[in-house]
Amino acid sequence: MQETLEKILQTYHESEGNVISLLQEIEESFGYLPEDAINWFSEQLDIPPSRFYGIATFYAQFHLKPRGENIITACCGTACHVKGAEKLINSLMRELQIPSGEDTSEDRKFTVEKVNCVGACSIAPVVIINKEVHGKMTADRLMKEIRKIK
Amino acid sequence: MAMQEGSIVVKVCMGTGGIAAGGAAVVSAFREEFESAGVRASVEKNCSVHNVGCRGFCARDVLVDVIVGGEKTTYEYIKSDMVPRIVEEHILQGRPIEEWVVKEDYHTFHEKQVKVVLSDCGEVDPEDIESYVGRGGYSALEKVLATMTPEETIGLIKDSGLRGRGGAGFPAGLKWEFARKAAGEPKYLICNADEGDPGAFMDRSIIEGNPHSVIEGMVIGAYAIGARKGYVYIRAEYPLAVERLQIALDQARRRRVLGDDIGGRGFDFDIRIKLGAGAFVCGEETALIASIEGNRGMPRAKPPFPAQKGLWGKPTVINNVETLANVPYIVRNGAGWFAQFGTEKSKGTKVFALTGKVKNSGLIEVPLGISLREIIYDIGGGIEGGRRLKAVQTGGPSGGCITNEMIDIAVDYESLAKAGSIVGSGGMVVMDETDCMVNIAKYFLEFTQAESCGKCVPCRIGTKRLLEILQRITDGRGRPGDVELLEKLSNDVRSASLCGLGQTAPNPVLSTLRYFRNEYEAHIHEKRCPAGVCKNLLTYSILEEFCKGCTMCARVCPAGAIVGEKKKPHKIIEEICVKCGACFEICKFKAVKKG
Repeated sequence: MQETLEKILQTYHESEGNVISLLQEIEESFGYLPEDAINWFSEQLDIPPSRFYGIATFYAQFHLKPRGENIITACCGTACHVKGAEKLINSLMRELQIPSGEDTSEDRKFTVEKVNCVGACSIAPVVIINKEVHGKMTADRLMKEIRKIK
Repeated sequence: MAMQEGSIVVKVCMGTGGIAAGGAAVVSAFREEFESAGVRASVEKNCSVHNVGCRGFCARDVLVDVIVGGEKTTYEYIKSDMVPRIVEEHILQGRPIEEWVVKEDYHTFHEKQVKVVLSDCGEVDPEDIESYVGRGGYSALEKVLATMTPEETIGLIKDSGLRGRGGAGFPAGLKWEFARKAAGEPKYLICNADEGDPGAFMDRSIIEGNPHSVIEGMVIGAYAIGARKGYVYIRAEYPLAVERLQIALDQARRRRVLGDDIGGRGFDFDIRIKLGAGAFVCGEETALIASIEGNRGMPRAKPPFPAQKGLWGKPTVINNVETLANVPYIVRNGAGWFAQFGTEKSKGTKVFALTGKVKNSGLIEVPLGISLREIIYDIGGGIEGGRRLKAVQTGGPSGGCITNEMIDIAVDYESLAKAGSIVGSGGMVVMDETDCMVNIAKYFLEFTQAESCGKCVPCRIGTKRLLEILQRITDGRGRPGDVELLEKLSNDVRSASLCGLGQTAPNPVLSTLRYFRNEYEAHIHEKRCPAGVCKNLLTYSILEEFCKGCTMCARVCPAGAIVGEKKKPHKIIEEICVKCGACFEICKFKAVKKG
């Protein structure tokens, strides 16, 4: 971990970064923002941790808890909404047995997240499975895709 | 691009839609086919496979153009396993495969459109600057630097009547002039590519399809206002657009149309990409600036406007992607040419993302002032499944709806505002009789409530209360007086909020109340959802006389709420039913009743 942190710090100085770009680097490296990492940068840069958390909780991109191995992103844009995104999400939560109020399965294999719009509205509803965009999704096809990686 | 006699070009749509439909596999299938057999080797020299960006009709992806000796054939719904036959029959034997060629509606989809910003999208290879230059790209920049002063450039944009395409419709030339005249150095130009409206993908498609048009527009804008440094603030949710933009910036620097001493004329300007971290409010200018500075993206009161005090307190112009992408075409063809499109006050064309329950969904570009009917029926091909149009939602969460009765309305800034909606950034979501307008209003409020930055009270608390009221109405717990309360609270939030997000957040509520008040009343007084959408107001039951006992419904029911013996009528146990509608969809005998 230490090595990664040093490297991020170096890029931060070289590219005249700011808190947001720093958090983006941490998120990219670890998949979430580990508390230890925040505290370490706080010391190094003399920025209070509260500032990091203030920003981290403001933007949707940052996560304070580790996420699942597989990330399933359901688009909830308007077009996807009218074409049944909610149904897809419900069936995902059931299939992966993710308790309501949570987004990650207990074995941390899957995280289901909603996103406002991925801008692929003409192929709505859209589900992104591990960065691969799937359009015109149906509950049936979605379950098949999920079972492939389960 | 000059087409040689006998040359063969294959263009494969590789926008997000194209890739999702398997575009990459189609490209490699073409490359493999061309490479494999001996006969093909002779044509290979003249053969090329291009990746092109979005051509708008994403619902038909993968779209493939096969151009043989200047003769273009367009195929739709192409999968990689169909490629060998295209190569064999069309390219080698000269017989296009009729049944895969696009049908009549592909042409009607394009007929009423006027393409300015999108004129090169789907034609140029977005990852190759030469392809853009070959179609006149960067000639506008050359013209500006060689023959025009910054003031003349601003004058040209003012004369064209170009208005900001991000939502508010502020005259672009005027904005540039303010920044030009403002005191303070250095000045900044920011391209706002934080396309946050759900249901909109114009900016994504432009950057994915023709990133150089945006870069060229930015360099011209920077020259006009006197900026040395620019930023593109783009959503991290658009990975392909970010990647193509990065490639384009590198190529532009190498070609010296960006960076130091541009075109050898002593003008310096460079662009950096700033990735948005996911906050809708950052589409607001002052919030966007705060975000680039590394802070929470919260807006501040205006004035001072960013043109006076923007990024790091310096004069800053923030233009939307589409606004900037218009600039090179206006410079190339003249202000008068651009102003011939559109209406008196709304000049030019506008790109819309036509989606929802319309047959031909996709990206369209039309002259402002076109009627909504032409968009929905001539371009969009009408409503899916032959159902009836109910409303068109324009302008996303800040907008409102246009009803079926107002279908002949002219689509321009003024007319839509009069009808209680906005052009906005260009999202156009078509809804039919199976969509519940109260649910739609709730959907948008969920969105704005979650995205409210929390700085000012009317927006932070007002949107929350609005959402709570809508929630209880759709849950069947609506109370008499709720409609009036919604109206009053909406007006308060609208007039007291700090920034555009709060000021426009109640619009979807006000507009649906204006046109669909009876639906609200049915929810509240009759505990009924007329469109059959709101779950808590629905019950599913099986009509015994139609049920054949095929057991399909029992098998798909995720909750195990359907019981019954084979070949005998089944029954839904209401207490267990989760109202997912799976049985309703699967039943072939229409025996499941919703209502």
